[in-house]
Amino acid sequence: MEIRPILSALMRSKVSMILIGLQVALTLAIVCNALFIIGQRLDRMQRPSGMNETDTFWLGSYGFGANYDAKAQQQADLVALRSMPGVVAATSTNSVPMSGGGWGEGLSLQPGQKNSTAQTTLYITGTQGLDAFGFKLVEGRDFRPEEFTFVKFGDQPHPQSIIVSKALADKLFPDSSAIGKQVYSEDKPTTIVGVIERAQQPWMDSDSIEYSTLLPMYMPYGNSTRYLVRAEPGRRDEVMKAVEQKLVEANPSRIVGKVKSIADIRRDAYAEDRAMAIILGAVIIALLAITALGIVGMASFWVAQRTKQIGTRRALGATKADILRYFQTENFIITTLGLIAGGVLAYAFSLWLMHAYQSPRLPWYYVPVGFIALWLLGQLAVLGPAMRASRVPPAVATRNV
Amino acid sequence: MFAYYLQLGLRSLKRNPILTALMVAGIALGIAASMTTLTVLHLMGSDPIPWKSDKLHYVQLDNWSPDEPARDDGSPPDQVTYQDAAALMKAAKADKQAAMFKLVLPVQPENKELKPFSSLIRATGSDFFGMFEPRFKYGATWNHDQDDAHERVVVLGNDINEKLFGGQDSTGRSVRLDGIDYRIVGVLDKWNLRSRYYDLTNGAFADPDEMFMPFTTAIDLKKRSSGNNSCWKSAGDGWDAYLTSDCVWLQMWVQLDSPQHLAQYKEFLDNYVNEQKKLGRFARPLNNRLLDVKEWMSDQKVVSRDMEVQTGLAFAFLAVCLVNTIGLLLAKFTRKSGEIGLRRALGASRREVFTQFLIESGVVGLTGGVIGLMLTGLGLLAVRALYTQYKTVAYLDWSMVATTIALAIAAALLAGLYPTWRACRVQPAAQLKV
Repeated sequence: MEIRPILSALMRSKVSMILIGLQVALTLAIVCNALFIIGQRLDRMQRPSGMNETDTFWLGSYGFGANYDAKAQQQADLVALRSMPGVVAATSTNSVPMSGGGWGEGLSLQPGQKNSTAQTTLYITGTQGLDAFGFKLVEGRDFRPEEFTFVKFGDQPHPQSIIVSKALADKLFPDSSAIGKQVYSEDKPTTIVGVIERAQQPWMDSDSIEYSTLLPMYMPYGNSTRYLVRAEPGRRDEVMKAVEQKLVEANPSRIVGKVKSIADIRRDAYAEDRAMAIILGAVIIALLAITALGIVGMASFWVAQRTKQIGTRRALGATKADILRYFQTENFIITTLGLIAGGVLAYAFSLWLMHAYQSPRLPWYYVPVGFIALWLLGQLAVLGPAMRASRVPPAVATRNV
Repeated sequence: MFAYYLQLGLRSLKRNPILTALMVAGIALGIAASMTTLTVLHLMGSDPIPWKSDKLHYVQLDNWSPDEPARDDGSPPDQVTYQDAAALMKAAKADKQAAMFKLVLPVQPENKELKPFSSLIRATGSDFFGMFEPRFKYGATWNHDQDDAHERVVVLGNDINEKLFGGQDSTGRSVRLDGIDYRIVGVLDKWNLRSRYYDLTNGAFADPDEMFMPFTTAIDLKKRSSGNNSCWKSAGDGWDAYLTSDCVWLQMWVQLDSPQHLAQYKEFLDNYVNEQKKLGRFARPLNNRLLDVKEWMSDQKVVSRDMEVQTGLAFAFLAVCLVNTIGLLLAKFTRKSGEIGLRRALGASRREVFTQFLIESGVVGLTGGVIGLMLTGLGLLAVRALYTQYKTVAYLDWSMVATTIALAIAAALLAGLYPTWRACRVQPAAQLKV
């Protein structure tokens, strides 16, 4: 292959070569890091909450006036909800996974322990809690009806028994089953009676997102209560409307609101991650398009500039394929030089992101994959102009100007 | 001459429409990406109250557990307890002071056509309005005596006054919240806060407050704040235990009009905490902070990291677009070597050739800038759609429009400079030979 003439030709248009190389380098560095960030966000968005997210929704009831009896209303509402057609299970709860707001607490293995063993969230749920959430019991048992207590708002909850997520059980008791074991919160003991496969905390950025605890309790927050309802498959939207209507009719001196499906809660919880992925995706596409078009523009210019030489070469016996190969090789050389610089730049970008944002290191394989992608892009971009070059008739060489 | 060169430039651009479109599109996309992200970044972090942001200070006291700091970096908790807020309000050692918390109460409208709805209330002292300076449309704030008397008065925000009273002057009338009537003493004008910087703990871009009531009155309701509450040890049972607990759930701001006042207030806080230490509280070392508005916003990371990364990448993208434009202009001008040679041979000076081609680059830049500005508008629409909570910070203001145009022209001239310089170095003789 005639590399030498290509190189010497390139040396005569150094600036153009540097410009294309620089563009390829920056493109590689940006695309690798942006793709890596997109991948991280997509992974994050895939995290399971542990609950049934397709058939469930939650809503709030905010009573007002001096005569509002939150405790009685809560029980009446639960009875009403459970009797409605299409409802599989209904419970009261203070929070749900991904909602962003909830109650956190430290659990300890000993009373009087200085630093708690694990930070957990507390889901304060009524009966039918496991069914309504769709949490899967993997060990032990569900709460018994007699274990549910009523806690006055403002008082500290001290349940006799709790159910914990598997991750929390493993953290507290790594070597043995957690069932029947005592743990302490605020120095008051409680017994683990059940373990569920998975239950995420409400906070998406929590360090201990898998550590959750269910308490068998009714505790209206002042005059307000939240209910979690699970509908029969496919009937969620219809049940949502009916439930809102029913609660308003049952007691008009309250506001029934914030009716929201858990699917919508997930969408909102990950809105920023999705936005980041979409924006970076758009930048990648625009960047690749600009770079490809830049190569097309440059190559076209070179072809036009060298029409005469091409004609001469053709007249001297070079085949169409030779001309095609010439331009493809030239592009390959420039792209490769750019990619080498870009590889270094990609890791530099990654280092900056690691330093400034504690983001993880760019995995090594992103850069080689980027090499292949940009080589292909370069070859595709140069194909059109190179084909045009190969069609230059040898007769051009004999013409003046 | 300028008009003539402009004409020449336009004609030359028309001759290669695809190449021209490519250059303009490159600049427009690069500008749009960088300006969209820069606008959001700029508005997110911009000083919400520039004329006095260095006088407003956020009070932090370290009442946390002796065993572990409130935050991993050792800084004090981001809110204060009721007992400390009440003591600081009572001492009134600052030029102005306001403790506050967020409360949600149901509104029962007089107008029976309106259904009851819940509304976001800020419970705070009368100094709040003098410190954060919202404009009043009707009436005025309640006064200190009314604070002390726990009076049932409220100031309405503009939106809720529209909703309840059709935007009329409602001062003197009353509004019923959770079964209790409150007299309206004032109505605010539209308050376009970019970020709710006085309560960053509960979200800089959360929904705006709809109503304001005296802190003392709100405490009488014995209702817990709907904002963040943190305790390092159990509060105990009941409301009174909660008020005397070490749970933090209030924001405390002070206005200190001079550096002397700031120094004096710091000393006062240290003395206060030392007194409390004698009573067995504040087991941690002295660690009070009085950050001003901008310091507090940066401490609480109001500017999102995602936006910073996006802005960085967008500017790298702009760099690629510029490199692209340099290459294309270079190609274009080189092809015109013959024409340049002819002009030079006919007596045009290098300077004239330089001006001519720089104007051509300028036209590309200006067109790219104008299209880029329109795309920036679209980009901000997209940001508003993707990040619903950023609706207050994703719009163009005049300074950003001017920056966009300036950036576009600067970018195009920068991109045009080298190719133009090369163009005017063309040797007439070399080009005129056949």
